Amino acid sequence: MKEVQIAARQVIKHFKDVKAVNGIDLTIYKGEFVALLGPNGAGKTTLVEMIEGIQKPDSGEIKLKGMTWAEHAGQLHQIIGLSLQETRFIEKLRVRETLELFASFYGLGSERVEEVLELVNLTEKQKAFTDKLSGGQRQRMALGISLLNEPEILLLDEPTTGLDPNARRELWDILLNLRKRKGTTLILTTHYMEEAAYLCDRIVIMDQGNILAEGTLKQLLSKHVKGEIIDFTVDRPMERDVLPGQQAILNYTFDKDTLSGELLVTDIVKFLPDFLLYVQQEKIQIDSLECRKLTLDDLFTSMTGRHINQ
Amino acid sequence: MKHPIVLLVLTNFREFLRQPGAVFWAVFFPVLMAGGLGLAFTQKGELNQKIAFVGNDQTEEKSWSKKVGNETTGFTNYEFLNVGFDEGLVLLKRGTVDLIVKKEGEDYKYHFDPLNPEAQLAYINLTAALNGNQTLSNGEDVVPLKEIGSRYIDFLVPGLMAMGVMMSCMWGISYGLIEKRSKMLLRRMVATPMRKAHFMTALLVSRTVMSAIEASILVVFSWFFFDIHIEGSFSALVVLYLSGTLAFAGIAILTASRTDNTYVGNGILNAVVMPMMILSGIFFSYHGFPDWAVSVIRLFPLTIFADTARAIFIEGAGWSQIVLPVGVLAGLGLVCMSIGMKVFKWY
Ligand SMILES: Nc1ncnc2c1ncn2[C@@H]1O[C@H](COP(=O)(O)OP(=O)(O)O)[C@@H](O)[C@H]1O
Ligand SMILES: [Mg+2]
Repeated sequence: MKEVQIAARQVIKHFKDVKAVNGIDLTIYKGEFVALLGPNGAGKTTLVEMIEGIQKPDSGEIKLKGMTWAEHAGQLHQIIGLSLQETRFIEKLRVRETLELFASFYGLGSERVEEVLELVNLTEKQKAFTDKLSGGQRQRMALGISLLNEPEILLLDEPTTGLDPNARRELWDILLNLRKRKGTTLILTTHYMEEAAYLCDRIVIMDQGNILAEGTLKQLLSKHVKGEIIDFTVDRPMERDVLPGQQAILNYTFDKDTLSGELLVTDIVKFLPDFLLYVQQEKIQIDSLECRKLTLDDLFTSMTGRHINQ
Repeated sequence: MKHPIVLLVLTNFREFLRQPGAVFWAVFFPVLMAGGLGLAFTQKGELNQKIAFVGNDQTEEKSWSKKVGNETTGFTNYEFLNVGFDEGLVLLKRGTVDLIVKKEGEDYKYHFDPLNPEAQLAYINLTAALNGNQTLSNGEDVVPLKEIGSRYIDFLVPGLMAMGVMMSCMWGISYGLIEKRSKMLLRRMVATPMRKAHFMTALLVSRTVMSAIEASILVVFSWFFFDIHIEGSFSALVVLYLSGTLAFAGIAILTASRTDNTYVGNGILNAVVMPMMILSGIFFSYHGFPDWAVSVIRLFPLTIFADTARAIFIEGAGWSQIVLPVGVLAGLGLVCMSIGMKVFKWY
């Protein structure tokens, strides 16, 4: 039996008329890496901050290792680590000084600070003022602070938003390393599908305060959507009715402005030859054609009609 | 491993000392004020005042001056500007002159705002002088005061010290808190096992030390350059200073207890600080205000602080005279602080 680390039951949080979190159930097990994936405003931050004890749910219950914030705040602060979506640190404080300040809250000294600096690759930047750090360095410092107390549960709110691919990769490596060595439980929010797919065992897709779907990447893609995608652009509009292999088409959209279409088909190997033959007969000119597997974004689109990053 | 309070205090110092602007305003500005105003008012020598003179066009001279007074009363040098009446009015509106003298035949007519004391004084001096006397008085009955404690600088420095403590606490504490809140840093800090009491203690300790240093620099400067003396009890002054710091720290925590917007914070801060700066008699005595206003002004913490500081510096007040004001300031500070902490928004 897997050990439950975080259990949320029927958690609701409303702001005036916004249902930020609208009755969410979520169980997270020890050592799991879980991504909360969703567009801006999905309620990720609100949910995570309720788990962190920063916000209080209107109703419902949240337990971490069987403890609640109302009764065990002191203990919980000791075992969690977190980075907020947006924290700016004291500008005129150096990296090392900032870490030492936070370390003192946990009763930790310079040895731990040095270890953490090493861990997040900031040893060379330890004397820099925090306002002189790059985006990636700043996020790594925030991560470093969250790791000071070697937390059992780590909660990171959009740790890589706004970072370039290299900086993002560097952060990912640190996190993967952590999983290997410490068995930390991680919840991370993101609106990057690649990030969720690359880092996490389990992906929870959120939208408008609800969980739309959850599971491993494989489960999500096989359970919720079937088929493969053909994207193409041509020289004139094409209606769905005229296409061959009607029974294989799961979904079809065509944009008349860009003359580009997207086909969702059950079996690309069977469908594509018929499609190409038809195009040739009709003397339609194809400008581009691309076949691909379904992604989480297609999944999200099929459930909400919107893209994640919009 | 260091205690969190030690590191929090260190952090506050670093934050402050690494901002040259903050250091300038907190340390050098009061010293410059003392220096500038002290020099301007202690070495005043002669007064110069311009007067618009509307003559009967017989003289071609554009201006001439007349010295009024004697050794004991001090001299005032009146510079008469030969102008037309309309031009004189313009000069008066601009504040270049306070008074227009109009010659009508052998008589002089004086045009001025009777509520303007400068103009009144010029009128009294000039009526005497233009009628042939040097002054109303020959100065035999005047005893000039040059004693330490009766000069303007003696009045100014205790007030500047009190003002410095107010500014240091209000800006240092409020602004720092609001900024940390708007940066989500307070939120981040209380998500650790940090004790809120440690945070607040560190705030008070670092502010007390910083404003003590600021006040000492001002007092030492004034002692060195203007020979300021503390006539009363030094330990009473220290206790008064501590209670003043507590009062303004409390007010600062209360003003900064909720908002996370630095503009709103600035507004609230100015609303609290400005009336006291202007009315509490830091630069000039508030006794020129109407009686009802004076009784209100005397309730301001800055007035209490500055007046009591003056009593210690100038009048030699000791423990017995400071018990009440110290109690009031400390009480006010504690009340504001506990309300502020109650409603304090960490998130
Ligand atoms: N303090 C708040 N006051 C009012 N509305 C809020 C507040 N916090 C979040 N919301 C609203 O709740 C919804 C969810 O926000 P959030 O949890 O920040 O989403 P995400 O982190 O997924 O972008 C949004 O519509 C947001 O505007
Ligand atoms: Mg968010």
